[in-house]
Amino acid sequence: MTPDVLLRVHGLSKSFGPVQALRDASFDLRRGEIHAVAGENGAGKSTLMNIIDGILQPDAGTIEIDGKPVRITSPTVAQKLGIGFLHQEIALCPDVSIAENIFMATTSASRRFLMNYRELKEKARRMFGRLSTIDPETLVRDLSISQQQLVEIAKALTLDCRILILDEPTASLTEAEAQVLFGIMHRLSARGISQIYISHRMAEIFEHCDRVSVFRDGRSIMTRSIAETSPSEVVNAMVGRVLDRLYPEKLAPEERSDQVILSVRNLSERRRFRNISFDLRKGEILGIAGLIGAGRSEIVKGICRLEGEVTGEVVLDGRPLSLCSYRDSVRAGLVYLSEDRKGDGVFLDLPIAANVSALRVEQVATRLGLIDPRREAGQARALGARLNLKCGSVADSASSLSGGNQQKVALAKLLSVTPRVIFLDEPTRGVDVGAKSEIHRILRQLARDGVGIVVISSELPELIGLCDRLIVVHEGELMGEVPAERMTEQTVMHLASGLRSQEEFA
Amino acid sequence: MTSDATETDRIAAPVPGPAPLRRLVQMRETGLILIILALFVAMTFASPYFLTWVNIRAMVMAFAVEGIVVVGMTVLLISGGIDLSVGSVTALAMVIAGLLFLAGIDPWVASAISIVACAGIGMVMGIFVTRVGLHHFIVSLAVMVIARGLCLLGTGGRPLGLYTLPEEFKFIGQGAIGPIPVVIVIFLVVVLVFDFLLRRTTMFRKVVYTGSNERAAAYSGIRTRRVIFATTTLCSALCGVAGIIFMARFGSAQPTFGVGMELNVIAAAVIGGASLSGGQGTIFGAILGAALLSVISSSLALLDVSVYWQDIIRGSILLAAVTIDLYLTRKRR
Repeated sequence: MTPDVLLRVHGLSKSFGPVQALRDASFDLRRGEIHAVAGENGAGKSTLMNIIDGILQPDAGTIEIDGKPVRITSPTVAQKLGIGFLHQEIALCPDVSIAENIFMATTSASRRFLMNYRELKEKARRMFGRLSTIDPETLVRDLSISQQQLVEIAKALTLDCRILILDEPTASLTEAEAQVLFGIMHRLSARGISQIYISHRMAEIFEHCDRVSVFRDGRSIMTRSIAETSPSEVVNAMVGRVLDRLYPEKLAPEERSDQVILSVRNLSERRRFRNISFDLRKGEILGIAGLIGAGRSEIVKGICRLEGEVTGEVVLDGRPLSLCSYRDSVRAGLVYLSEDRKGDGVFLDLPIAANVSALRVEQVATRLGLIDPRREAGQARALGARLNLKCGSVADSASSLSGGNQQKVALAKLLSVTPRVIFLDEPTRGVDVGAKSEIHRILRQLARDGVGIVVISSELPELIGLCDRLIVVHEGELMGEVPAERMTEQTVMHLASGLRSQEEFA
Repeated sequence: MTSDATETDRIAAPVPGPAPLRRLVQMRETGLILIILALFVAMTFASPYFLTWVNIRAMVMAFAVEGIVVVGMTVLLISGGIDLSVGSVTALAMVIAGLLFLAGIDPWVASAISIVACAGIGMVMGIFVTRVGLHHFIVSLAVMVIARGLCLLGTGGRPLGLYTLPEEFKFIGQGAIGPIPVVIVIFLVVVLVFDFLLRRTTMFRKVVYTGSNERAAAYSGIRTRRVIFATTTLCSALCGVAGIIFMARFGSAQPTFGVGMELNVIAAAVIGGASLSGGQGTIFGAILGAALLSVISSSLALLDVSVYWQDIIRGSILLAAVTIDLYLTRKRR
């Protein structure tokens, strides 16, 4: 046994009913290292982390810390052993200050009867000051998602941990915020704190981690030192096959059409965006780039009349639209795929078939308004087959599906009304690599079939790989347009950070 | 927890959906029917009086009228709401119709006005919930007290004797078609109609969408506020219908009737599988829940258990049912 191993997991198995989530998985973590864990959704990463954090109990296998076998029966035990877990989902109390949130765990552990607010504020200022310039007395409900993530990080750091598990912490952070986080991670590692870093992003793994372990189908496939492997080796190990192309073929220059499907003119909303004008042409995939909070989602939701008091003109197929509600928008053929799949994209408790039919139930009903269960199931099966949805039966609840398949259900719902334009807000967030490239291919096919596709994504490589044209927004204003030929991260980031340059106006 | 479960079943993608038989076994209704049958068998041995036509009819009568309110409550619960005012609104329906009748208005017209008034109460609650943005719980709690106050104000706190109610009106509460009381016929019709509507119509499907995930429903173009307004109104209107039937049955209007009814009604719906967080529940299940509660009350009475114990037992059964349900649904996810 190597002396510097802090945590060793051996032969871990765990099943949920008939599903084997982990099979004989092994993993070791050295003192002070940043160890990336990669794998598609369903590969067993979360199960392993939940076992290490005591949320789940393994069926078989051993866990050792410092060479001594331990039984981690609950998250409290894990905390005592020095294990901290930064969950992907944000779990903060919205009605109290940042400071109180950060010290929630320490407060509950302390034996003092009265709160010492002065000390709390002082400590919070010191802790949180390292992460951000936001006043720690701000209420959490007033923060953006990425700022809340920073609070979560600060919270995890207050516990004296030796092992810190970070589950996709950068998923909702801006580039700058992510850099701050990496800085902190390296400092922690220098202090001897080991970190398990779960991420889908190869660039982050290869820039900041020491070793990487790949999981697939509940098994640990490989562990390598970063210096000895390459991003393509890791991706191939994750997928279990060689991915020929990450993104589908873009439109060739001669395929580009001048025919405009949707044109938006001078769209404004009091505070959130001003004078947005753009065209969506036939056959193309148009991307909207910008930092989080730049107003990307707001613009799209404004067009679909999902929220906000919007002024301006929207012209579909040459006809100006006067929409009052999202219902009107759906009727006109404009549909929106939500960025928050679990929050407002799918009905988790309802059957897949009922999810697919939700946008226009009348379609699967008789003239008297009676739902025909066979037609409803048939519709779900047909659209499911078109999108390669993997499910047992369309009568199963949507919650029984993986993230990628849930997203396909949400997409099937939109396709059920044969839309003219689909706005997709973060269509591949929390979706594994395989399903991601499948969704990209579906979008390309839809575009070729003449459906207008507009994609919002925080992942710049995704936008650049997928889209034929990008428009970039910064603080509610359109900064410019980038054609496929000039799409590089630099050009887009330049515009997204508010540096307008004359030549970008093509 | 959820993310974990969803993660794991991609591996299980080829697992086929449960067979129809398995699905039947997993259904809440099946379990309830079995429990009720088991109680029947046990009670038949325990008391010779239990399995008689008179007793069975009494048991059904005991929850039939309240069962109409259970229907309204279930639909409201599915849409994500709740109504604590059902007991007082039912009493108010009796009082309004009773006062109008005593003022010389035809009892049928008086009943219609009373039901419309109850629907109006529901609309007011609906406006407070959907437009003002208050929670159902608080709004209906306030209305519960207000409606009770109106009952007492209108009657001076004394029951109204309606001795001159015409026979054909009393028929809806006291009559029988062959061996079956009219009350039970009305109850069955309401249950069958709403069960069908809820299972099959697009209108009620939108109720399920709204309760399951209000934002997702809004993002599917459903006017969720209108849905919630409608279910709130429906529940109060059905309280009105129940109040009228009670009036015909008792031949009087009782201002203190229905105290604590909301607990029975909500308990029945929840035992029958409705979720307090919306999106789940069936009419059939809720009625079985009401039936179970009624069978238990009747059994306890026949076994000479004190009334005070009955309340304790009923409350415990509610807790047990909800706990078991939580475990079952947790396993299924």
